[in-house]
Amino acid sequence: MSEQVRERETRRLDRVVVRFAGDSGDGMQLTGEQFTSETATFGNDLSTLPDFPAEIRAPAGTPAGVSGFQLHFSDHDILTPGDAPDVLVAMNPAALKANLKDLPPGANLIVNTDSFTSGNLKKAGYATDPLTDGTVDPFVVHRVPLTSMTINAVHATDGGGGVNKKEAERAKNMFALGLMCWLYHRPTEGTVSFLEKKFGKRPEIAAANIAAFRAGFNYGETTESFTVTYEVAPARMKSGTYRRISGNLALSYGLIAAGELTGLQVYLGSYPITPASDILHELSKHKRFGVRTFQAEDEIAGIGAALGASFGGSLGVTTTSGPGVALKSETIGLAVSLELPLVIVDIQRGGPSTGLPTKTEQSDLLQAMFGRNGEAPVPIVAPRSPGDCFNAAVEAARLATKYRTPVFLLSDGYLANGSEPWLLPTREELPDLTVSFATEPNHTGTKGPEFWPYLRDPETLARPWAIPGTAGLEHRIGGIEKSDGQGNISYDPANHDRMVRLRAAKVAGIAGDIPSLEIEDPSGEARVLVLGWGSTYGPIAAGCRRVRAKGLKVAQAHLRHLNPFPANTGEILRSYDKVVIPEMNLGQLRMLIRAEYLVDAIGYNQVRGLPFKAAELAGVLEDVINQ
Amino acid sequence: MTVTTNRSGISNRLLDLVPAAPSQQNRKEFTSDQEVRWCPGCGDYAILATVQGFLPELGVARENIVFVSGIGCSSRFPYYLQTYGMHSIHGRAPTIATGLATSRPDLSVWVVTGDGDALSIGGNHLLHALRRNVNVKILMFNNRIYGLTKGQYSPTSEVGKITKSTPFGSLDRPYNPVSLAIGAEATFVGRSIDSDRAHLTSVLRAAAEHPGTAFVEIFQNCNIFNDGAFEPLKDRSTKDDATLRLAHGEPLVFGAEGDKGVRRAPDGSLEVVSADDPGVLVHDAAATDPSQAFALSRITGDTHGVTPIGIFRNVDVPTYDEAFNKQISDARARQGEGDLMSLISGGETWTID
Ligand SMILES: Cc1ncc(C[n+]2csc(CCOP(=O)(O)OP(=O)(O)O)c2C)c(N)n1
Ligand code: SF4
Ligand SMILES: [Mg+2]
Repeated sequence: MSEQVRERETRRLDRVVVRFAGDSGDGMQLTGEQFTSETATFGNDLSTLPDFPAEIRAPAGTPAGVSGFQLHFSDHDILTPGDAPDVLVAMNPAALKANLKDLPPGANLIVNTDSFTSGNLKKAGYATDPLTDGTVDPFVVHRVPLTSMTINAVHATDGGGGVNKKEAERAKNMFALGLMCWLYHRPTEGTVSFLEKKFGKRPEIAAANIAAFRAGFNYGETTESFTVTYEVAPARMKSGTYRRISGNLALSYGLIAAGELTGLQVYLGSYPITPASDILHELSKHKRFGVRTFQAEDEIAGIGAALGASFGGSLGVTTTSGPGVALKSETIGLAVSLELPLVIVDIQRGGPSTGLPTKTEQSDLLQAMFGRNGEAPVPIVAPRSPGDCFNAAVEAARLATKYRTPVFLLSDGYLANGSEPWLLPTREELPDLTVSFATEPNHTGTKGPEFWPYLRDPETLARPWAIPGTAGLEHRIGGIEKSDGQGNISYDPANHDRMVRLRAAKVAGIAGDIPSLEIEDPSGEARVLVLGWGSTYGPIAAGCRRVRAKGLKVAQAHLRHLNPFPANTGEILRSYDKVVIPEMNLGQLRMLIRAEYLVDAIGYNQVRGLPFKAAELAGVLEDVINQ
Repeated sequence: MTVTTNRSGISNRLLDLVPAAPSQQNRKEFTSDQEVRWCPGCGDYAILATVQGFLPELGVARENIVFVSGIGCSSRFPYYLQTYGMHSIHGRAPTIATGLATSRPDLSVWVVTGDGDALSIGGNHLLHALRRNVNVKILMFNNRIYGLTKGQYSPTSEVGKITKSTPFGSLDRPYNPVSLAIGAEATFVGRSIDSDRAHLTSVLRAAAEHPGTAFVEIFQNCNIFNDGAFEPLKDRSTKDDATLRLAHGEPLVFGAEGDKGVRRAPDGSLEVVSADDPGVLVHDAAATDPSQAFALSRITGDTHGVTPIGIFRNVDVPTYDEAFNKQISDARARQGEGDLMSLISGGETWTID
C-alpha cells in the first residue's frame, strides 16, 4: 500500500468547489465552516454558500431535512460560491438525493456507505439503492464506511472508555472533514485546536472528534480509493491583513463602526427573524462599545424603540426581514415625517408572506422604495458581497445622520450567511461621520430667539437635530404635517405641497453626495451593459468574465445606491444598445429603471431561493450580445 | 451621572439621575404657545391644567422632560407643554418612550395615551411596557370612546353601547384597565379623575416618585361623544357614595357618612359591607403579591356601586432601565471600553504582503 501512496498523483487546480451535505443533525455547517477556515488560513480566495432547511428539526433522513454547505476556493480572486460542486460529500441517501442533480458528470462523490440502509433509502425516497442501480455511474464514486470507521477510530483511541457509541458516531463529520483536508492538502492544526477549544469542558468529546478527524485524514493516505489528490495554491490577493467574514457579521461590525465614527451610541431595537437574527445576537455581545440592544415584543416595538432612541440622540437601528418591514412601515413613515436618523436593515428572504425563510431573494426592493402611505421617500443602500456589508452599513449610517432620514440597508440571505476573505480596513480609511446636535436657537421671532425644528440646512435640506436635555430648544414634533421652518402643525394646502416636495428634494439631493456609477468594461467597446444591485454582484461579474473569455464584449455596472440612483445613471444606461438587469425577483430594479429613465431594459429573473450561477448568466448575456 | 437635586419632596433613585431645575419653575413656563384645540368643555383641558401645575413640582430641568403620545384627542397633549415632545402614531407611544428612556437615563419620560390608543391598537405594547418596568409614566385618558374619530365605541365602552359603528349596540365586553395593568404585574397602578385636581395631582406625584413604569388611568369626560360617563363620581350628591378613595395604610371605608367598608368574601373576592364590620381591610398598595390589588380593581360602579380611585399598587422592584444600562457599565468595568479595530480584526487573520 505504501508504494501506492508514493505513486499517487497530485494535480494542481486553479479552483475547486466542494459541497458537504448531510442530515441537519450531522453537523454539516460546522464541517463546512471549519474546512473554510483552514482554506482561508492557507491563503486561497474563497466564497461560501450555506444552505439549510427552515425547520430546526426537519424530519431526519428525509431530503427536506438536508443541510448543505458549499465552498468555492481558488488561487485567484473569485466572485461566487461556485456553480456546481467538483466534489460532493453525501452523508446519507437523502443528502445524495437532494444534491445529486447539481453534480456534473465526472465529479467526485464521497458517500457514507454505512448510512445506505434500507430504512434510510426509503426515507430518502429511493426505491432501489442508488449506489448499485447505476444512478451514480456518471461520477467518480468513493465509497467510505464513514460511520463504522469513525466509531472504530474513536474507540481505538480511548479504548472504548471515553464516549459511548452514539457520541462516537456523532464525530463522523470530523472524519469526513479529515478526509477532505487530506484530499485538498489543507492544514490541520487549526481544526485540532478548534476542537480542543470547542469541547474544552468535555475533553473526552474533544478527543473523540480529534481522533475521527485524524482517522479521516489517515484513511485518505492509506486507501486505494483516491488516486489523485489536489492542490490549490494560495491566491495572489491585494496586500494587507485579511479575515474571513460573513455578511451579517460584517454588517454588525459596520454598525458598531458607525457608532464610533458618528460619535453616537448605537441603539438596536429588533425582533428575531431569519435571516436577520444573527445581527441582534452579535450586537448584543458588544456592550463595552456602549451598543444597546433591545429585543422588543414585535417589529413595531423594535423600530419604535429605535426611533425613540434616535429622538434622544442615539443612532437608532432596527434589523429585520421582509415580513418585519411590512410591520414597520407605519413607523418608517413617521421617521420620514419626523426627519430623524434611523437605519432599517432588511435581510431579504424568499417571499411573499413567510415564503422561504432560509433562502435568498431580492424581492423587497419595491417594498423599501414604496411600501408606505403618502409620499415617503427613503434612501436605499445595498451591499454587494459579505465583506461589503461593513461598508454599506457605514454608508447607511452616514446618510441617515447627515440627512436626518430613515435609510434602508437591503442585504439578503445569501450575503448574510455567505462568507469571503475580507481585507480589513485601517482606521484611517474609515470616514469621519461626526454628528453635531443643535445647541442654539436658529431664528429670531417677535419675542426674541426661537428654535425652529424644521429650518433646513440650505445645502443638505436636513433639519437640525436638537435632542432632549438641550435647554431653550424644547420643541414638539409629530407625524402631522408641519409648517415649513417653524414646525408647528399646519394643514395649509400650499405648505403641505411644499413640505412633500422638500422631503423628496432632500432625498433626491443625496445623488450629489454619492459616487458616480462606475462601468467595468475592459474592452471599452461593449454595446451591452449588465446592471445589477446587491448580492448578484459576484455572479454577474463571474458571468461577464466568462463572456469576455470567449472574446465577447460586455460592460458591467453595479448599484450601491438604489434611491436615489447615482447622478450619471441615466447617461450611462442610454449609452448602450442594450441593458440587461438580472435580479432574484420578477424585475423590480428594472421597473424602477424603466420608470425613471425610459430605458427598455431586459430582465433576467429567477426566484429559486439561490444565487445565480455564473454559467447561467454568461449564457443569458451571450444570447443578448449575439441577438 | 448623578446630579444633586434641590427638588422639593419628589425623588427616587431614577429621577435623581435627571438634572434639577436651576430655579423654581412655574406653571406658565410649562405652557407652550400653541393654541389648544380640544372641544370646549373637554375633560382634557382640566388634565392639562393639572399637569402644567404639577410639573414644576417635579423639580427637574424642563428640557429634560419628554412627553410622548400616540394618536387620539388625548394624544395632542404634548403640543401644549413647553417640554420636548413627540406626537407619534396610533398605539406605539410606549415603544418610542421605551427607546428614549432606556437610552437616556437623564430624562423624565411620560406617555399620554387614550383608551383606544393604549388598549386597542397599542394593547400589546402597553402590556410589555408594564411587565418590563421601564421608567416611563403612562397617563391613559379613559373617556370610554374614540373621540378623535368621532365617536365609535372603544375597548372600555360598556356592552350595548350605541355609537355610529354600533347602531344596534356594541357586543364586546370592556376591559377594566386597572385589572389589565395589575394582571401584567405593573409596579405602579393608579386611577384618578380629570376634574379632581387635588386627587389627580396626588396620583401624579406618587407616579413620579415611583421608580419604574407607572400606569395611571384618568377618567376623562368626552362631552361630545360620551358625555357624563363618570358623572356619578363627580356629582356632589353621589360622589362620596360612588368613590372609594384608596389610601395606603388606611382602612378601605367610604360613603358620605363613612359608613361603608370593604372586606374579603369567602370566595376571595372583595365585598362591600358596613364600615364597622371587623373584617374591613386596610389598604396595602405596597404588597408584593398583586392579588389584593387585583381584587380591589374588580370593585366597579357596575358591580358594586362604587369605584376605587387612588393608588392600587405601588411596589419598588428593579427597573428594566437600570439593569439595561448596568450591563453596559459592567461590561466596560470588566473589559474596558471597546476598541473598534481590535474587534474587527478579531478571529483568525492572515496577512498578504
Ligand atoms: C393606524 C391608525 N389606525 C386608525 C387611526 C384612526 N384613529 C385615530 S385616533 C383613534 C382612536 C382614538 O381613541 P382614543 O385612543 O380613545 O383617543 P381619544 O380620541 O378618545 O382621546 C383612531 C381609531 C389612526 N390614526 N391610525
Ligand atoms: S371629541 Fe371628546 S375627547 Fe375629543 S376633544 Fe372633543 S370632547 Fe374632547
Ligand atoms: Mg378615548
